[in-house]
Amino acid sequence: MKKFLDLARRHVITVYMVGALAYLFVPVVVVMLFSFNDNRGRFNFNWRGFTLKHWANAFEVPNLFDSLVKSFQIAFLSALVATILGTLIALSLVRYRFKGRSTTNFLLFLPMATPEVVLGSSLLALFLTLSIPTGFGTIVVAHILFNISYVVVTVKARLSGFDRHLEEAAMDLYANEWTTFVKVTLPMILPGVFAAFMLGFALSFDDFIITNFNSGGTVTFPLYIWGAARVGVPPQVNVFGTAIFVITVSIMLLTVAVQRRSETTA
Amino acid sequence: MTTESPAPPEVTPPGDMQTAGAAASKSKRKRVPYLLLLPGGLWLIMFYLIPMIQLAGVSLQEGSFEAGYEFTWAWRNYTDAFAAFGGHFVRSILYAGTATLLALLIGYPLAYGIAFRGGRYRNLLLILVLMPFLTPFLLRTLAWKVILADSGWVVGVLQSIGIIAENGRLLATGWAVVAGITYNFLAFMTLPIYVSLEKIDPSLIEAAQDLYSNPRTAFRKVTLPLSRAGIVAGTLLTLIPASGDFVNAQLLGNPRQLMIGNVIDSRFLRIVDYPTAAALSFTLMVAILLIVIPYVRAVGTEDLVA
Repeated sequence: MKKFLDLARRHVITVYMVGALAYLFVPVVVVMLFSFNDNRGRFNFNWRGFTLKHWANAFEVPNLFDSLVKSFQIAFLSALVATILGTLIALSLVRYRFKGRSTTNFLLFLPMATPEVVLGSSLLALFLTLSIPTGFGTIVVAHILFNISYVVVTVKARLSGFDRHLEEAAMDLYANEWTTFVKVTLPMILPGVFAAFMLGFALSFDDFIITNFNSGGTVTFPLYIWGAARVGVPPQVNVFGTAIFVITVSIMLLTVAVQRRSETTA
Repeated sequence: MTTESPAPPEVTPPGDMQTAGAAASKSKRKRVPYLLLLPGGLWLIMFYLIPMIQLAGVSLQEGSFEAGYEFTWAWRNYTDAFAAFGGHFVRSILYAGTATLLALLIGYPLAYGIAFRGGRYRNLLLILVLMPFLTPFLLRTLAWKVILADSGWVVGVLQSIGIIAENGRLLATGWAVVAGITYNFLAFMTLPIYVSLEKIDPSLIEAAQDLYSNPRTAFRKVTLPLSRAGIVAGTLLTLIPASGDFVNAQLLGNPRQLMIGNVIDSRFLRIVDYPTAAALSFTLMVAILLIVIPYVRAVGTEDLVA
């Protein structure tokens, strides 16, 4: 009887898991499917048959590809700067005890505890007061801000599980602090730093709410979709959405495969 | 204020040999953590703290867009904003709260399944949970518009089994907004719960069962309390973005289901009524902090974000 109950329970959880995963994937499938929809008129809400034409002329929709390029530039720049600033903070927090450490932790936590609409509007309030015109630059500034905390969390996780004896060994061999950092510390934490950069890139690339407040006339990919949603989103947007999904998933799986391989060979 | 993780040792870098310049280099080393903090810390102060103060300042201004706004301690902005948009606030809390609860009901068993039934497929399952979030946020939300459409099969099935009326609909209802929010922030709920469940030593649960507790009691007395930190973190990480969201309400709801985020967005960017928008925004921030800070005091920021 106990065995039977156990078995039933096991299957309830498994069935539930499969259901939850299916639920997670339904919208993704819809996005992909409707990139092949032979839609009539401006809207792309009803299935009208299969076509490849949107894939063939994906680049011909005015401003769409430009918005993707803008998003890419903003994501790259903001993730790069946030990764540098955040990694330095993470080093300081994990390696040193100092006055103001818990205040710093709290200051880092605050942006994560702030709804995006408040972050975006407070930055707009600042730019308005200082009469700074909003645009590409203010978007980058805002994205660096919300990325820093996530970078710190990611790099900290890597740094905490780090064997400090390696650094001590380097110093014993008369390497100075800088050489030790470049030759020992940095290569060890690099996977964490890289993960932080990728996370920052993804968060920035997909951000809509904060960008919406600070964009001025600059149109990023999410802003393009938002604008198009009122008058009908062209299926080419789904084409790019599908392409982004396929590319990032491939990178993710490849990274996992490489990690697994290096783990088994090590 | 916050509980710290295991304390790193005092600032004594390795290889600190008793050389002549030890004293000088010690004071130099004291400065190192601050130098590392400086650039990022300045960024946070300049573009988080100062804008927050600025927002509070704007919320107390008076005037018009054409004539310009002036700071006058106009507390009236808050009472006026509440009189006009109090309902939006209540609705935001209601929608965000319901969505958070639904996300917990979906996310907990999912995380539990991955942690205890995933076996060697754990990492793959985790990737599967994260994968949908690699499609752009707005496209995911628009996809729900297709799924919940009046002519779609979801509405058809629900109509035929009588859950919604013959001519009832899902799109442009509060439920569509709640469904969209639940979906969009589900990963924020699932991941922290998974992390806390994964840390649990399975032998603790076995011990409970050895002591003749049935699986349900073992879950209630051992697993659930041990995953508390994950539940708290997941709840906050879902509730915070949900409460300020205006994308789901805009794309999946109708104008009667607008949330406070929609009002802040339109007041700031289209109606250019900055003081009201700032007053609403600042109120939302304070409301969130009032919810978050007790939790942070109880659990600590380190557990919450790591």
